[in-house]
Amino acid sequence: MLAKRIIPCLDVKNGRVVKGVNFVNLIDAGDPVEVAKAYNKAGADELVFLDITATHEARGTVIEMAKRVAETVFIPFTVGGGIKSVDDFRELLLQGADKISINSSAIRNPELISDAAEKFGSQCVVVAIDAKRNIKNPPCKEQSQQASESGSNNNSSWNVYINGGRIDTGLDAIAWAKHAEALGAGEILLTSMDCDGTKAGYDIELTRAIAESVSIPVIASGGAGTPEHFRDALTYGKADAALAASLFHFREIEICDLKNYLDSEGVPVRRS
Amino acid sequence: MIAIIDYGAGNLRSVEKAFEYLGFEAKISSDPNEIMSCDKIILPGVGAFGVCMNSIRKVGLDNCILEAVDKGKPFLGICLGLQLLFDESEESPGAKGLSLFSGGNKRIAQSPGLKIPHMGWNSITYDKNCPIFSGIGDEPYVYFVHSYHIAPKDESIVSAHTTYGTEIPVAVHRKNVFATQFHPEKSGETGLAVLKNFGNL
Repeated sequence: MLAKRIIPCLDVKNGRVVKGVNFVNLIDAGDPVEVAKAYNKAGADELVFLDITATHEARGTVIEMAKRVAETVFIPFTVGGGIKSVDDFRELLLQGADKISINSSAIRNPELISDAAEKFGSQCVVVAIDAKRNIKNPPCKEQSQQASESGSNNNSSWNVYINGGRIDTGLDAIAWAKHAEALGAGEILLTSMDCDGTKAGYDIELTRAIAESVSIPVIASGGAGTPEHFRDALTYGKADAALAASLFHFREIEICDLKNYLDSEGVPVRRS
Repeated sequence: MIAIIDYGAGNLRSVEKAFEYLGFEAKISSDPNEIMSCDKIILPGVGAFGVCMNSIRKVGLDNCILEAVDKGKPFLGICLGLQLLFDESEESPGAKGLSLFSGGNKRIAQSPGLKIPHMGWNSITYDKNCPIFSGIGDEPYVYFVHSYHIAPKDESIVSAHTTYGTEIPVAVHRKNVFATQFHPEKSGETGLAVLKNFGNL
């Protein structure tokens, strides 16, 4: 049975992991390779590296990072952040990245999705969507779970934001997800801006609305705080994978314990 | 030395790095003479069936592959490198495969809620006597990315199955020829064990 995936996300700047990672026995907690090895050992199914390097000159660092990760960690990994062209895709894929995530650049230039899918295959084109609710109602777990049980709340809608959440594109998140799929995206990395950082749970209603609108895998992101939140995203939310960052970095939840819990709740997970 | 056949498709680096990580010598090559001088051969593959077969034929690698297999060199096909060993594929109607095995490749059957490509970690059941699957435990999870699957005429060559909507064959073994639909180079410790077993043949 296909396993639901658990994915730690690492922010990388100038080739270094930023926001601390609190692993024991790490020689260098800022080294993406060391962190990747530790997460591989801990049972992560995949890794996402988000490059937040500001300057174009420092782009070489993320390519070097992808190369070093591919030399030492033999699970799939995605690189995102600052990818603007098919050449950017090529460079990172040749170094061993499995998937490339694009966000603002896909909005500005939707052809990048189709060009990359045509050249390298849909399986490596991840479209990241930062979505925010238009009508302000409590987005996170309790409300959403109710919504999923009583049928979706038809009043809910979400807009797509870019530039790290600073610009409202005016695009409807569901429509954009469908369009991205039609252009050749192979996966949606869906972040709820309302829930991100709250630890109050994923936006289940959003996740489910997107997952039911497309037939490509959806990764839920933003808001995880407890094992139950993962279960809800992967069951009620119909997500194929769930992503978290600081929750794993600070070992508030161990991936191994999380997977044991999910298994006990009947969610198929890979355990080694 | 392990030859990783390069016919201009996709990323071969991960396969090479996995063997290096395990302490084996491997090199990426598109030169039939160089490939024939190696004692083991890997046929990786990402891309479309027809396009890849064309590239393989253009540089004469089809004969090289068949000759190496004939000489008894251990051979491992990965992903499309498994599918290419058959006659044809629904992906590229009219394109001829290597026909090392008879049968074709079919698109994964659509069913409600089933996403295509089949992407992610799925568990396999496998032939415990197949030497490359030695020591990988019961029903291990391995990493898949594919939209088509093999449909062999001779079921006896199938060495592993997975379930995705329905049961599908995902590995073959006959004498010195091995091939997997999943990516051992992306399947964590299980995948490394498979590659190590192959390297030690």
